Amino acid sequence: MDKLTALLGWIDDRFPLTKMWKEHLSEYYAPKNFNFWYFFGSLALLVFVIQIVTGIVLTMYYKPDAELAFFSVEFIMRDVNWGWFIRYMHSTGASAFFLVVYLHMFRGMMYGSYKKPRELLWIFGVLIYVALMAEAFFGYLLPWGQMSFWGAQVIVNLFAAVPFGIGEPLSEWIRGDFVISDATLNRFFAFHVIALPFVLAALVVVHIIALHEVGSNNPDGIEIKKNKGPDGIPLDGIPFHPYYTVKDIVGVVVFLIFFFAVVFFAPEMGGYFIEPPNFEQADPLKTPEHIAPVWYFTPFYAMLRAVPPLLGSQFPGVIVMGAAIIVLFFLPWIDRSPVKSIRYRGLCFKLALAVFVVSFVALGYLGVLPSTPGRTLAAQIFTFLYFAYFVALWFIPKFEKTKPVPERVTD
Amino acid sequence: MKKIIVAFLLSVITAPALAAGGGMHNLDVDIDLNNKASLQRGAKLFTNYCLSCHSAKAMRYNRMAEDLGMSEKQVLENLIFTADYSKKPHGEPTKIGSLMDVAMRTSDTKQWFGTKIPDLSVVSRARGADWLYTYLMTFYIDESRPYGVNNQRFPNVGMPHVMWELQGLKKAVYKTVKGHDGKEKKVIEKLEMVKPGKLTEAEYADAMRDLVAFMVYMGEPAQQTRKTVGLWVILFLMIFGVLSYALKKEFWKDIH
Repeated sequence: MDKLTALLGWIDDRFPLTKMWKEHLSEYYAPKNFNFWYFFGSLALLVFVIQIVTGIVLTMYYKPDAELAFFSVEFIMRDVNWGWFIRYMHSTGASAFFLVVYLHMFRGMMYGSYKKPRELLWIFGVLIYVALMAEAFFGYLLPWGQMSFWGAQVIVNLFAAVPFGIGEPLSEWIRGDFVISDATLNRFFAFHVIALPFVLAALVVVHIIALHEVGSNNPDGIEIKKNKGPDGIPLDGIPFHPYYTVKDIVGVVVFLIFFFAVVFFAPEMGGYFIEPPNFEQADPLKTPEHIAPVWYFTPFYAMLRAVPPLLGSQFPGVIVMGAAIIVLFFLPWIDRSPVKSIRYRGLCFKLALAVFVVSFVALGYLGVLPSTPGRTLAAQIFTFLYFAYFVALWFIPKFEKTKPVPERVTD
Repeated sequence: MKKIIVAFLLSVITAPALAAGGGMHNLDVDIDLNNKASLQRGAKLFTNYCLSCHSAKAMRYNRMAEDLGMSEKQVLENLIFTADYSKKPHGEPTKIGSLMDVAMRTSDTKQWFGTKIPDLSVVSRARGADWLYTYLMTFYIDESRPYGVNNQRFPNVGMPHVMWELQGLKKAVYKTVKGHDGKEKKVIEKLEMVKPGKLTEAEYADAMRDLVAFMVYMGEPAQQTRKTVGLWVILFLMIFGVLSYALKKEFWKDIH
């Protein structure tokens, strides 16, 4: 034991190991009233690790070559020991990642976690979300199935919609060819396994550093640092380790039960996690009847389709889709209410948030289906409501009757 | 107003099942992946009838032997009909560990059938068991097609009715219906046997069920393993979950 302590001392003289342990775990004081919604941050980190580890193994067997890619995936599914397990964890992990991130973001919107002093924390989070979408998009091309190919075709063509003669050369530059091809597959592979994982890892670190600098928000939206004991420790705070580490283990296990239920019993998840047409090899000469992106992109896809083209150009739809994401960056300044948590905000805010969630889910549903005039109209209404939320958020605080916020956290 | 809203909602939520399927419903097929005899019969049909033109180049013969409870000798003697012509100068017999490839060249098949013949390794996952079964059951005589047959599930398919000598040949009986646009059109009411084959209709249906079962197996050979392993994983997690919850309770006793 003495020797171990001596070793630790030796390291601490050269690297702030104990200091970091204390700052981020044993003496990081988190509010004691975290509820269900606070599991999804640590779960997102867990899924990130699952994706990295399974991704490394898949990279050992996968061939980023238009001739070989499709069957190299089947090789992993059949001839690689436990390859099917690794592959299903990775494909399920992609959907799980978005699911936990969406719930994590919803938590932030519910309890006002984006508000001062957590604006940068929120912005780093939105950046993670954007990087995650790029990562998922690049990764989806790799199995080289019909949906991989035509999905990528549709998305890259969005760039071609940029006017002033920029669009076409831009989309060619992205593809490295006139159509999605071997060149595209190779560069998407590079982005998927090197560039974006680096970006994501860096952003996750920055997100956590920012969190630990300002401290966690909580369901009451109270700054626990305002009430400190004589020892300088927040009265409503408890050390992250061991309290939240043991609590998060429970969350992890419950999450893994659902996760592995999908991996082992429904890896295709009824065609939503792995789309049936993706079991047909990519064929540039055969357009599928109905091209639908994977479920986590469908809300934005529905917005894209909802906006009518202008002078034959899809560009307005692209703008709307982009704006739907960009607007999230400004959320901390759009919402001017001094009250953070939904618990102490007025009915208007609650209704607005409910309408926003319903719109997002409805758009996701509409994005899966082929469009009909009725559905396009519905998508237009929900797109309007999605943006209306942010406008409402600007005006609601002017007349909102908020409830008094308590001094200390409640149960 | 209420009516308009309801009609609108209905138009939004009803999936266009018919529009995507060419107006035809799939027949139901009840396959059993635990029935090894059925899978073996399916394998026999597959290697005899399908593999002469279609490849299944994600699948290995020895994997099939192992999973379906056949010896390698049985497979080598009864189920391998191809040779490996990539080995010069005269080709070599296909080995037991080989992929289920086809001897035909893609360039030839394109000329003969007008299209690249699809690989069938994972076709069951792209189309589904019911689709495959329906496709195999609904060939009918159509002199306008190059091979004299057409298919109800896959209209104007380039494939001949390979199993006609088993099923026999059927002709289409038409009826006239009114379409959505109010115009009358002829649709197939049923298929009628005109030249019986070696098998009775019931025997042929059973054979096709076996073939589809084999193709579903081939689409994902690990699927039975996956479900068995899955049960143990979930069971372990549930026990671990109880323990981790007890641990959390213990730690949190002093937090109020």
